[in-house]
Amino acid sequence: MNMLIYLVPIALLMGGIGLLAFLWSLKSGQYDDLQGAAWRILADDETDQRKL
Amino acid sequence: MTCCTMEAESVLALSTTSSSAGEVRLASQPLGEGLRQLDLNVPDVHCGGCISTIERALLALSFVKTARVNLTARRVSCVYQEEIETGATDPSKILTAINAAGYRAHLFTPSAPENDKTRNQLLLAIGVSGFAAANIMLLSVSVWSGADAATRDMFHWISAMIAAPALVYAGRFFFKSAWNALRHGRTNMDVPISLAVTLSYAVSLWETVHHGEHAWFDASVSLLFFLLIGRTLDHVMREKARAAINGLARLAPRGALLINPDGSRHYIAIEEIAAGDEISIAAGERVPVDGIIVSGESDLDLSIVTGESSPVAVASNSEVSSGAMNLTGSLVLRATRIAKNSLLSEIIGLMEAAEGGRARYRRIADRAATLYSPVVHLLALVSFLAWGILGGDWKQAMLVAVAVLIITCPCALGLAVPVVQVVAAGELFRKGIMVKDGSALERLAEADTVAFDKTGTLTMGSSRLVRVDAMDESATAIACGLAAHSRHPLSQALVRDTETAPMSFDKVTEIPCGGLEARNGADVYRLGNAAFACGTSVVPRTADGPFSEVVLSKNGVDLARFFFDDTLRPGACEAIDRLDAAGLETLIVSGDRQTVVDNTAHALGIDWALGSLTPKQKVEECQRLNGEGRRVLMVGDGINDAPALAAAHVSMAPATASDIGRQAADLVFFNDRLDAVPEAIAVARRSASLIRQNFALAIGYNALAVPIAIAGLATPLIAAVSMSTSSIIVVTNALRLNALSRRQDMHIRGGIGRSAETKTA
Repeated sequence: MNMLIYLVPIALLMGGIGLLAFLWSLKSGQYDDLQGAAWRILADDETDQRKL
Repeated sequence: MTCCTMEAESVLALSTTSSSAGEVRLASQPLGEGLRQLDLNVPDVHCGGCISTIERALLALSFVKTARVNLTARRVSCVYQEEIETGATDPSKILTAINAAGYRAHLFTPSAPENDKTRNQLLLAIGVSGFAAANIMLLSVSVWSGADAATRDMFHWISAMIAAPALVYAGRFFFKSAWNALRHGRTNMDVPISLAVTLSYAVSLWETVHHGEHAWFDASVSLLFFLLIGRTLDHVMREKARAAINGLARLAPRGALLINPDGSRHYIAIEEIAAGDEISIAAGERVPVDGIIVSGESDLDLSIVTGESSPVAVASNSEVSSGAMNLTGSLVLRATRIAKNSLLSEIIGLMEAAEGGRARYRRIADRAATLYSPVVHLLALVSFLAWGILGGDWKQAMLVAVAVLIITCPCALGLAVPVVQVVAAGELFRKGIMVKDGSALERLAEADTVAFDKTGTLTMGSSRLVRVDAMDESATAIACGLAAHSRHPLSQALVRDTETAPMSFDKVTEIPCGGLEARNGADVYRLGNAAFACGTSVVPRTADGPFSEVVLSKNGVDLARFFFDDTLRPGACEAIDRLDAAGLETLIVSGDRQTVVDNTAHALGIDWALGSLTPKQKVEECQRLNGEGRRVLMVGDGINDAPALAAAHVSMAPATASDIGRQAADLVFFNDRLDAVPEAIAVARRSASLIRQNFALAIGYNALAVPIAIAGLATPLIAAVSMSTSSIIVVTNALRLNALSRRQDMHIRGGIGRSAETKTA
């Protein structure tokens, strides 16, 4: 049962990382254009290049 | 990609609506460092090919820094430099580039980005409650599988610590709304939810403190998780379509050329136009504010304002109203009212008054809640008292009451409606129809009468040559040669619909209020209305006929007469047939002349046609039909239809409609075909039946689960499993809409094929 002292925090930590990743993706606007994202994955990369 | 081709014709027709550099600059936002951001609406983008075509076309411009298409909102945001080495840039080239790529592009001012704030908060809440639910469930499974007392207590404590912040954070939407309802002496669905969540947490904590065997943390958090999913779907569905509709093309101009007292001209925003200002309106522009013409003569197309399809001649001292399109000559106008007080705003007032009727409509979920929540509370209270009084164990009574509250939790009910509506809205979006909010689908399913506007809805608002009375073939060639020089809709139709090679003229002058004139040697040819072509004495043959007439004359003697009719919207006949077959009644309410309306009604097989209606009369007609107990679906596009769109039970508008018409409508369809109307009704009816099934499933589940809970047999495991199962069943049932519609599609296609065959036979 002593294992739990390590396992429970590890489980929580992993869940927490998932939550943080979700928060980050939400903040960086990855859910703004869900339909476009589905198409963009098929497109060639050229259009994504930005001019300097 | 073939799906992205557009007719060249419609692209050419757009050149009249292109914007000046000044107007584009006014619509873009400064970003600093000489950069500006321009947001454009491109209603035609619908696939990956469109995205890369547009982005490539824009990045090819030297002054464009970034271009990004948002397919969901059908928008392009484009950052460009105000100045490059060669001097100031012309941002209207961005619009030209998109047009050249084959897409319509319209300016729009982005509304405040706060729309998405609530959605993001809801998504955050889902994330937090999902995280909490997953972790607590993990611990609970260990407890259920038989952890010993010390471990169980520890797991319960950890669960309590995870659940507390998650409940406060993710539950705040429900607590707020429940508190709001209670304070005003009402109850809604959120009251039993809040009660179940807080009570179950409190009881579980109490159990944990007293080393009890059972705790309900997992149930209360996963309850929130499921409910938040439903709530977010509901919100996303309402917001997304609304933002896209609001952002669509604004036909009302955003500014005008002001003529200063010293004669110089500059472009100002529409809000800055004051009464008494003189503004210049070129041919092909829309009138921005109500005013009186100071100088110039022209024909105005009032179709979007009054529904009248033939242009009206205006000259000095004529009053003109905002929204009219200036067709032939340039005008100088003195504004009599500022934009805020113009005709447009009057219509908005009329709309707001009419919308009251619709505001009384209560969504299905709300109606269910009023029945549901008292029953749930009563059940919980009765089982609490019964267990307490009969069994004498008040702690056990409390546990049973909480179990009842959780098991009857409306999470299947909370998902029942939004999931179906989101699936249905997605289905309609793929077919080019946008739904503003879920209640529009509910109302659409109830519609039993369809009222159509004529110009712009049943007809395309563009004319078609139907008959030629000519002495000989050469007359048509002469007329074509003249008409090629004009932008007047009838001239364009004449050129488009005749196959004769046009005769060429060196110089053609367009005479406002009359028509076109050209000299060929000593002969004078005139093309226009009868009075202009043949002198004032001649009466047009079709003064009150269904067709518009254009006369060609040589030295005052008429050579030919051309008759025009409005082009029917493609799919109009099939749409009316399908509506008849579905048992809906159809009628026309139009502002156009009665004879013209009758003609259209006859062509389509609509028996009931009302013409020459003012916007107010259209509203009254809708209200009269409502009074008769009918549910009216209004389909219209013009500014004059907007109040009726708001007054009807539910309304639809084509994407080509005026901005204000689209705002008033519940559904907007993008494709040109009128088939969208029966299509939308079919999907709405299917989704209504799925919603009913979902309610039946949710209630059926409660009928099974509640006795178990009241009997005190509901362990946390049973509660959690049954809750999730009911939610999953409801979601799966909603997804059947796609399968159903695919089958229906095949059926309908077969049906149309048959009806077409019978027609040709």
